[in-house]
Amino acid sequence: MNGFLSLFRRLEGPQTVGRGPAFWGLFALVLAVALAYPLFSDGYTVGNTVYFFVWVFIALSLCLIWGYGGSLSFGQTAFFGIAGYGYGILTINFGSAYGFTLVALVAAVAIAALFAVLLGYFMFFGRIAGVFLGIVTLAVTLMLERFMAQTAGPEWHIGAARLNGFNGMSAMPPLTIPWPGEPIVLFADVGLYYLVLGLLVFVYLALRILMNSSFGNIIVAIRENPERAEMLGYDIRKYQLITFVIGAALAGLSGVLYTVWGQYITPSSMGMTAAALPLIWVAVGGRSDLTSTVIGTLVVLAAFQALTIYGSQYALVFMGVLLVLTVLIAPNGLVLGVMNWLGRLASRLTQRAG
Amino acid sequence: MDIATHVFSALYQFGDAFAFLVLSACGLAVIFGMMGVINLAHGEFIMCGAYVTAATVHAGLPLPLGILAGTLVSALVGVVVELAVIRHLYDRPLDTIVATWGLSLIATQGTLIMVGSTMAGVGTPFGSFQVGDYSYSIYRIVLFCAALGVLAALYALFNWTRFGVLARATIQVPHMAAALGVDTRLIYSLTFACGAGLAGLAGGLYAPTMTLVPTMGATFIMEAFVTVVIGGADVFLGTAPAGGVLAVVKSVMTSWQGQLFGQIGLLVAVIIVVRVLPKGISGFVLRERT
Repeated sequence: MNGFLSLFRRLEGPQTVGRGPAFWGLFALVLAVALAYPLFSDGYTVGNTVYFFVWVFIALSLCLIWGYGGSLSFGQTAFFGIAGYGYGILTINFGSAYGFTLVALVAAVAIAALFAVLLGYFMFFGRIAGVFLGIVTLAVTLMLERFMAQTAGPEWHIGAARLNGFNGMSAMPPLTIPWPGEPIVLFADVGLYYLVLGLLVFVYLALRILMNSSFGNIIVAIRENPERAEMLGYDIRKYQLITFVIGAALAGLSGVLYTVWGQYITPSSMGMTAAALPLIWVAVGGRSDLTSTVIGTLVVLAAFQALTIYGSQYALVFMGVLLVLTVLIAPNGLVLGVMNWLGRLASRLTQRAG
Repeated sequence: MDIATHVFSALYQFGDAFAFLVLSACGLAVIFGMMGVINLAHGEFIMCGAYVTAATVHAGLPLPLGILAGTLVSALVGVVVELAVIRHLYDRPLDTIVATWGLSLIATQGTLIMVGSTMAGVGTPFGSFQVGDYSYSIYRIVLFCAALGVLAALYALFNWTRFGVLARATIQVPHMAAALGVDTRLIYSLTFACGAGLAGLAGGLYAPTMTLVPTMGATFIMEAFVTVVIGGADVFLGTAPAGGVLAVVKSVMTSWQGQLFGQIGLLVAVIIVVRVLPKGISGFVLRERT
């Protein structure tokens, strides 16, 4: 019981922005609004919000690996794609009866994590760091995209699931929860919304706890100075590999939920553009903080969608400009900058009051 | 079919793969070796070179002049990019990757908006010749010679010119070079322009052999990255031997199982090499020498 309580104490700490009653009050308010949101909105808008939430997981995975761990990985979309295809292949072969879709969700995430163990072993135990890490992960991602894009012929199938080349897989069953009487099918509206929201809150809080634990502190110490962390007796390769695998699992979760949401997955979800987008959300939000990443991702995604509606072809140019300007002007991220400023303002006000 | 035709066919494929790897990688390698910066917009500089080449050829210039124009325009764009963006990020290599990726997005999408989804190509010059039962393109031989020529020219530039001496001094100890009066910022600008120009040259040389689309850069960058990762920071001790080794892997895998497996072979090679030689071939050679 005591150990369980001490976990909750880790919700606040040096590695995450936001503490005290004001922050958690706001958090509860936002959560309450999010819970009530489907009541005064239509199915389509709720489905669209689920789409936004789905991407937050991959953004959090990049935040973990890049922002906290200091290893720039372009390969998050590879894990996204692997898990997405994994879910499709499993459910098309075994159907959705007896809650198998949930098993497939876990299995697909596990496949992505296993792939990350393999790739991460070669990279971190080969002591690749910095720019090389980025290049190797990017090369893997592009390779996977090319591989999946050429699987158009009927000879490319796993069991009953055709891979379908550039058009990708579709028509996999949605998540289904077995229930006495009628199984609950989670289509891309209210049902899926609550599931994804629940997962999101869980992952967010769990990552806060993880980052403020001793594990998180070691990860940040490795980012700040790998040699020093090693001299202090930590096997940095092991810690980097674990971070990488956790990140890959989160990216995989994102991929499965995406596949579930739209009931399709294509090779272009692993392409150059797809790989660039999470990077933009995380960089603009503030890569070294979980809360900033979540807010930044949702804001940039909403802006991107609005831009796509009004000037579809210019949206990507705008995203590129946004990324370059963020790196040049606010390297720590725009949302994080604003949050730090608010924090300073609040502490100044409380000092004056006291 | 006798053995000589087989040998020639294998050599031809090796030469083709070698030329592609070296030409697409050397611009990236020059910039990386100099500044430790990976230019993710490398593919877009290649695309720029190819587009300018095609446009000038359509305007009536002969192909060699078109390639020259493509090279120069890419180098100029490189100067502009260096002044506007890269210059401010030298102490943050990871951020440079991110920023150049942003540039690559802008360039790809901007080209799509301005030029359209495809551009009329340039015919492959010189025709072909026959050995045994197969016909071979003469232009591929020209490309192989061009790759060797680029390596020779880079060797001459870095070893026999004043710029080369200053550049090598800046690579070794930037602060010392600056203290001795070298304008390191100028050297960085020129090196970046040189790398961008080499990318443009690769684009110009390959413009007659491929479809011109805004995303064509992506077909080059994986090979370029892999070659630079395996080669390490030095163009001559790294990129050239890495190009040789990878060309063997690629041509053998390609003729055995097809183009895709050629690329998978490259990827597996790079993952194994980084595990065994983390600093690439040039790091290995340099450590052996000291």
